Amino acid sequence: MALTTTSEPSRAAVRPGPDATKDKRFKILEAHIKKFQYRQDALIEVLHKAQELFGYLEDNVMRYVAAQLKLPPSRVYGVATFYHLFTLKPQGEHTCVVCLGTACYVKGAQRILDAIEARTHIKPGETTPDNKLSLLTARCIGACGIAPAVVYDSQVAPKQTPEDTIAHLNQWI
Amino acid sequence: MQLDDLNALAEKQRASRKKICLRTCMSAGCMSSRADVIRQNLDTAVKAQGLEAEVEVRRVGCMGFCGQGPLVGVDGVKEGGMLYEQVKPEDASAIVGALKGDKCDVALGDPGHPFFARQMRVVRANGGVIDPERIEDYIAAGGYLALHSTLTDLKPAEVVEQITRSGLRGRGGAGFPTGLKWGTVAKSPGAKKYVVCNGDEGDPGAFMDRSILESDPHLVLEGMAVAAYAVGADQGFIYVRAEYPLAISRLQAAIKQARQLGLLGGAIFESPFNFNVDIRIGAGAFVCGEETALMASVEGKRGTPRPRPPFPAESGLWGCPTLINNVETFANIAPILRRGADWYASIGTEKSKGTKVFALTGKIQNNGLIEVPMGITLRQIVEEMGGGAPDGGSIKSVQTGGPSGGCIPSQHLDTPVDYDSLNRLGSIMGSGGMVVMDDKTNMVEIAKFYMEFCMEESCGKCIPCRTGTVQMFHLLEKITAKRATARDLARLEELCDMVKNTSLCGLGQTAPNPVMSTLRFFRGEYEALLQPEPQPALSTGATEPSTIR
Repeated sequence: MALTTTSEPSRAAVRPGPDATKDKRFKILEAHIKKFQYRQDALIEVLHKAQELFGYLEDNVMRYVAAQLKLPPSRVYGVATFYHLFTLKPQGEHTCVVCLGTACYVKGAQRILDAIEARTHIKPGETTPDNKLSLLTARCIGACGIAPAVVYDSQVAPKQTPEDTIAHLNQWI
Repeated sequence: MQLDDLNALAEKQRASRKKICLRTCMSAGCMSSRADVIRQNLDTAVKAQGLEAEVEVRRVGCMGFCGQGPLVGVDGVKEGGMLYEQVKPEDASAIVGALKGDKCDVALGDPGHPFFARQMRVVRANGGVIDPERIEDYIAAGGYLALHSTLTDLKPAEVVEQITRSGLRGRGGAGFPTGLKWGTVAKSPGAKKYVVCNGDEGDPGAFMDRSILESDPHLVLEGMAVAAYAVGADQGFIYVRAEYPLAISRLQAAIKQARQLGLLGGAIFESPFNFNVDIRIGAGAFVCGEETALMASVEGKRGTPRPRPPFPAESGLWGCPTLINNVETFANIAPILRRGADWYASIGTEKSKGTKVFALTGKIQNNGLIEVPMGITLRQIVEEMGGGAPDGGSIKSVQTGGPSGGCIPSQHLDTPVDYDSLNRLGSIMGSGGMVVMDDKTNMVEIAKFYMEFCMEESCGKCIPCRTGTVQMFHLLEKITAKRATARDLARLEELCDMVKNTSLCGLGQTAPNPVMSTLRFFRGEYEALLQPEPQPALSTGATEPSTIR
């Protein structure tokens, strides 16, 4: 099979792997890929959907996407590792994102992060051993008017203090 | 859809307005403080108190005063309007009760405060006024009239001429004349052309574009459609960062509504002009704000920049001529065409026309989004509008342009805000982030903060940026840890010069700016951290190791 193809690709040749047939998430992903008409330039959109479905980008998911879009796996892996929002590791049950944008930084976001690290013994990008919490940082979530901001499970919380954050996290861990 | 239909829709929407309007800010900032619950509660309270006939509760976009949110504006009660600040969900019934003259303890802001009074709202005219999720509201405010008159009365070259005459310059930061860019794309040969809207607002401390997209998405779509007509494109892309989910969902809704009404898609206003817009969602890479990297990302690739020329105007998306403008630039187009290029050119300074939206944040009393005419001084912005530093502190510097910009010290606060004056001070206009630092802020730490940012965001394609930023960051770490000597500082300056002059794209070329500008104005802070040069031991006469390397 040619790695790059400009002709209308034949889908019959591309079947999901053995575990893929059992997992209906692959079906949803395939429907999404179809919506983009198997266009190779939709790779980032497809990976967003895959991560939403699976929580992270497993190897077999990336292989599946590569086969569906008729892209070399290296290209999919390259894109998945280039962008910060894609993760190749499973995430914890809850996520806590500390914004480290300039406005949050000058208003003490680092102190919040230090407090979380001291409480949870994990660093940004890591997950607690019990898989309860993943700690992440953001470069700026655009909520500068209410700095410092912390995102708990995609809920933005305004004007946080280290105490607020720890109190919130204590509900989870 | 024809002009009559558009006018009828506008008229119907205006007629449905009620006497009193409670505008609830539903932008990302206020939403984080449960603005959605506030809106529901206001709705319930209006019904409970039997005021449905004369009071409407409207979802609106950003009102600007984000630091005091959640905000609820009241129209139709008092001259000049009223603004409730820091509203809580349980305040709803008191706010509604106050319409009947009941007592209400919710904090009232002053709409006449310089923060509002000094603004000149062109791009943000609808922000905080219309419902961003209803196209009828935008049409009632005169929306899509500019597109109609463009398609029926103007030739593409005339549109380019109007934009050129308005003096509009790119709002993404560099300030390239917009008309000139449009003209180049229009003249580039090619059957297929693209229009791309850069909504990858990656500068930390900036949220102008987010707010425009959340508050008035149709304004951007209309600007893009006009641009497509002017340059001869039929396909547009809006590239938005994934960190802005609300902006994405409002844009999706806006595109759908515009298609349904025939304001996007085929044969717009029953003319031969077709234009479709698709959204492309970023995935967290600052470098994608650079236009060639952005195009790679739109094509589904790693967002790495490439050398220019060829410029996107000649060879952009899939090798076709491509027009790339920033969100705010597109948002300026409809107002310019509606009110005339000469009107626009009368605002601002000689070389910087019009208004600019800034995100005023950091150590300042009044946080939020402002739109001011070019040429206003930094002092007017931070002292009058922003109210100065909180807790009796004093302002030490104002950072503009994010990681590509610089810090402007307090003695230069009387500088007018325009592209050229800021450049002369070693900073840039940037996309509009304005972070205020007070006397407690350590400038070397700030330089290190930005360098860490650039180091992590460097895409790794060219060596000066990839390794230079790492070396500069380590030197800054050494300085802040009080382990550096004068020799390290000299090396840092050398590296700044090298990275600035030899990097491939804007990220690397501007990465040293925060260091250079803090060195220029706050050199003392660096020098205070330096250690004396270790003396070579006299008895052995050995050379100091670092000179060998």
